Amino acid sequence: MTAAAGVQHNRYWTNTKRLFGSQEGILLLLLMLLIIGVGLYNPRFTTERNLTDIFNANAYIAVAAIGISMVIITGNIDISVGAAIGVLVALSGTLAVELTAAGLPGPIVLLAAWIAPLFGGMLISAINGLFVAYLNIPAIVVTLGTFSILKGGLILIAGGSTISALPDGYSLAQQDLLGLPVPIWVMAVLTLVAFAWMRWSRTGRSQFAIGGNAEAARLSGIDTRRQLMVTFIVAGMFYGIAAVMFATQYNTIQTVVTPGLELQVITASVVGGVSILGGIGTVIGSTLAAILIRTIGAALVFVDISPFWLRAILGVLILVTVLADVVRRRRQERM
Amino acid sequence: MTALLELANISKSFPGVKALEDVHFSTDAGQVHALVGENGAGKSTLIKVISGVHPADSGTIQMDGKAVKFRSPHEAQAHGIATMYQELSLYPELTVAENIFMGHAPMRKAGPAQVIDWGEMNRRAEEILHSLNIHDMDVRRKVGALNVGNRQRVEIAKALSLDAKVLIMDEPTAALTESDVAKLFEIVRLLKERGVAVIYISHRLIEVFQLADKVTVLRDGKFVDSKPVSETDEDDLIHMMVGRTITDLFPKLPSEVGEPVLEVKGLNRHPHTEDVNFTVRSGEIVGMAGLVGSGRSETAQVIFGILQPDSGEVLLQGQKVHIKSPTQAMKLGIAYVPEDRGTQGLVREMKIRENLSMAVLDTFTRFGFVIKRNERKSGEELIEQLNIMATSGEQVVNKLSGGNQQKVVVGKWLASKPKMLIVDEPTRGVDVGAKAEIHRLMSELAQQGLGILMISSELPEVLGMSDRVLVMRNSRLVGEFSRAEATQQNVGAAMMSDQIATAAEAVAAVAQGDDA
Repeated sequence: MTAAAGVQHNRYWTNTKRLFGSQEGILLLLLMLLIIGVGLYNPRFTTERNLTDIFNANAYIAVAAIGISMVIITGNIDISVGAAIGVLVALSGTLAVELTAAGLPGPIVLLAAWIAPLFGGMLISAINGLFVAYLNIPAIVVTLGTFSILKGGLILIAGGSTISALPDGYSLAQQDLLGLPVPIWVMAVLTLVAFAWMRWSRTGRSQFAIGGNAEAARLSGIDTRRQLMVTFIVAGMFYGIAAVMFATQYNTIQTVVTPGLELQVITASVVGGVSILGGIGTVIGSTLAAILIRTIGAALVFVDISPFWLRAILGVLILVTVLADVVRRRRQERM
Repeated sequence: MTALLELANISKSFPGVKALEDVHFSTDAGQVHALVGENGAGKSTLIKVISGVHPADSGTIQMDGKAVKFRSPHEAQAHGIATMYQELSLYPELTVAENIFMGHAPMRKAGPAQVIDWGEMNRRAEEILHSLNIHDMDVRRKVGALNVGNRQRVEIAKALSLDAKVLIMDEPTAALTESDVAKLFEIVRLLKERGVAVIYISHRLIEVFQLADKVTVLRDGKFVDSKPVSETDEDDLIHMMVGRTITDLFPKLPSEVGEPVLEVKGLNRHPHTEDVNFTVRSGEIVGMAGLVGSGRSETAQVIFGILQPDSGEVLLQGQKVHIKSPTQAMKLGIAYVPEDRGTQGLVREMKIRENLSMAVLDTFTRFGFVIKRNERKSGEELIEQLNIMATSGEQVVNKLSGGNQQKVVVGKWLASKPKMLIVDEPTRGVDVGAKAEIHRLMSELAQQGLGILMISSELPEVLGMSDRVLVMRNSRLVGEFSRAEATQQNVGAAMMSDQIATAAEAVAAVAQGDDA
């Protein structure tokens, strides 16, 4: 009986250790400490409204980070994510305005403007995937190319113009559902769905196998090219959703690519514990990281520190995370 | 007289493997000392200890009677030890002279600054090459434009420019043409005259007799013997290299041999597989012996669909098949346990359960999702059947010992319920206990009616486990022995005899050169 109790105790201890030994646990802990700490310093920080704003503001980053986390876990990268979102935002806004002008009924216009970016994102990513998976060109080169094309193309076509006069009901990201803004719901639900899919689906399993050891995966009969292609396309869908969330958050749309957006997305993924070397990570981590990043940014204002410190703090977070990953891998290799 | 370099009681372990155990080695100035042994005997580890790449766990190293410690390649170099690895460490975009003087270029004063003295560097590079009797090399040429033989010469010149007292050559002739081999031999003799101690590693025994003064034999990481070359002969060396007593380490169980499972007819894939014919029957373990590079692994990879054949037929249970990919080979019932489990067999960050199910994930998948309960059950069965030492199937593979990792690779393929199992070096780098278990497992699988093709560089393993032994040499099947016929001498000779012929020709070429 004592032995059994010991085992029980051990299991709780192991689970606790596992939670706070994981990147997700550490991020959760940091997030809670930060909110409580800053809240004690400045109670206005912990008002419901402020916290909701914080969670809401980076939701589209979190959703894009889900997509890119999948790509990074396969051992690849996608630099074009920011430019792709920029183009898809413009696509959504343009469709909304043009289709309304063409006299189509409101609900159809909205549906088209909300759905088309998803397919657009899948198409862009499919092109990336084709080059990476079937033509064996390094992802960083391919996506750097598409990044340039998309960014340049958008400037040529849209010329940096502002889209306004968006139709009624378009602003999905400004709606509330059961007392919370829609983006928070989207972020939470997609994170859980993607987590489950990556953990329990055959494709998800393949993503980790390919990122961990592509050669072993191929020799085990996994169709690595197909699975990479699927991964890119699914990631593209998440970029599309992120684009709709971005496009519908204000009443006007700037048709430019947000500078450094890809870095924000990749930062969320990496700080979230997705190993840049592939094979390790979860989207729960990347979503928590996206929230944490925003929380740090907001907290700086509330404790009267210049928000320009945010970049430096993010830099430290990235380095610490990557260092931890490398140290852990080295330790395992030595065993 | 004190030896130039003397190693005593050297031991070195890697996780799960004792690479060297109590090894002795000593060499004098002006001596060519051959280091021989089977694959995995510990030669490479020993030279890495000498060159400071892997510091020894215990034991002493002395140079000229003084104790030294090499904690890094840099320290070894500072003591005059130069190493020429099989993959040469040269910079292809730099010139011959720049490579020779990499890191210690002659300098001159230009006003207040020190700059490289290019004229002096090129002049001295030429001087060194001339001293090696090399007169046809332009020191201003980029190394990338040179052939392998010439690159090797640059590497030797580099060692001399550093005043190397000991030069280690790891299989220097492996990639050379015959005329380059002849030139290399000539250079080795010049080095010897200059008082350099040359440690020479080669699989080609005839080279040992042609070049070396002394020979040291290693086996299973242990020192076997060290004697003057004049006091030994080829048979003696082969015997020392492979002459383990075949004990009950390899408990081959009798099994019933049935119909052919795999038939290979006239299989060609340039350059490693030339006209290969053989049959493996159900219940049979067919061993495939041969030196590294003889084409064994490549032939297996052609059968498994990793490489495409140029011509030839593969029949599976009498049916002609065209295998285009590993996926297809698997579906047809062939399993291939690759030679290098690290790069080809395992995803180390993943759990045992996930690795075990990787080749058969389809069977656990419904609507694109993995049914974890079935997967876990199958994993637990395999862990028990293979006696994998792990806390549970949820353990990450990285945490297992080498032998247990290998069992996971084997288990992954058993999960696919193959009819034909190809294993490539199934027990490389695993400890004795795990080795015996893997052998027991293979015997049991044969009893269950699998056909097994076992590629192995360990002769005792081949002889102990196989019902029949095939020998490959220079991309061809050159011998087939029944279990009774397969003796160390027979198989060993078939593996190496052609190498002896090739080297003998090279030796003849040197002799001619000397005459002229």
